[in-house]
Amino acid sequence: MSAETTPAATATGATDHVSLYDVDNPAPVIEAPRKRTAKSGRASRGNFEMQAWLFMRLSGIVLVVLVLGHLLIQLVLDGGVSKIGFAFVAGRWASPFWQVWDLAMLWLAMLHGANGLRTVINDYAQRDNTRFWLKMLLYTATVFTVLLGTLVIFTFDPNIS
Amino acid sequence: MPAGTLYRGREGMWSWVAHRVTGVLIFFFLFVHVLDTALVRVSPEAYDNVVATYKTPIVNVMEYGLVAAILFHALNGLRVVAVDFWAKGPKYQKQMLWTVVGVWVVLMAGAFYPVLQHTLRTLFGS
Repeated sequence: MSAETTPAATATGATDHVSLYDVDNPAPVIEAPRKRTAKSGRASRGNFEMQAWLFMRLSGIVLVVLVLGHLLIQLVLDGGVSKIGFAFVAGRWASPFWQVWDLAMLWLAMLHGANGLRTVINDYAQRDNTRFWLKMLLYTATVFTVLLGTLVIFTFDPNIS
Repeated sequence: MPAGTLYRGREGMWSWVAHRVTGVLIFFFLFVHVLDTALVRVSPEAYDNVVATYKTPIVNVMEYGLVAAILFHALNGLRVVAVDFWAKGPKYQKQMLWTVVGVWVVLMAGAFYPVLQHTLRTLFGS
């Protein structure tokens, strides 16, 4: 300490009851630990992650019924894989019930799987660029597959060629 | 591997790993499966052609593997829902995992002949 020692600093040494700072000598402002600054990334996207978490559980429960029913019909009952062919598909899609079943299964399974892979990519791809492009690839493949599958169910023609 | 990062999670961790691995495998199959089914819009022959691949012994065995992956993912997924939403779920998570494994073994035993009958019939006669 030099001769420039402030009166406030001197006071601290004298007694604990006198504040180090006053109106003319205010304490430095300490930023809140998680205050957003110019350096922090973009704000969180509302409760998207919570909704995604809930979607995984709700769609999962529905998919247990849809997918296990699908496996039972396609791979277990009535000769297993032997009977599958164009005629078998045409027979099933003649009924709106199975069209809706397959459509719901397609959409729910693709979104459930895409969100699962999004989580896996976020967990293991460490470089920002890698993570970004892997997710772009995933979203492209997902949109393509869902649209293609939907188109096939709605435009199926049992009398083709 | 840096020291101290090995997570020794027992049932909880291994069921999480198995859920991930089966989930990724199922997603890749689903992608291929939508593409092969789309061939019904090309011609009956194109579709029956690709389905013939599904009837070969090797792919038929892979279908049994697919059933195994889906059954585990489905049963363990219900366990995850129970852990998250049932008040006593976390307390009984281990018991629920062994229940899942038990039910899985029974269902897989039951699915063995129905799923593989096509291959069993072609390889060993009727």
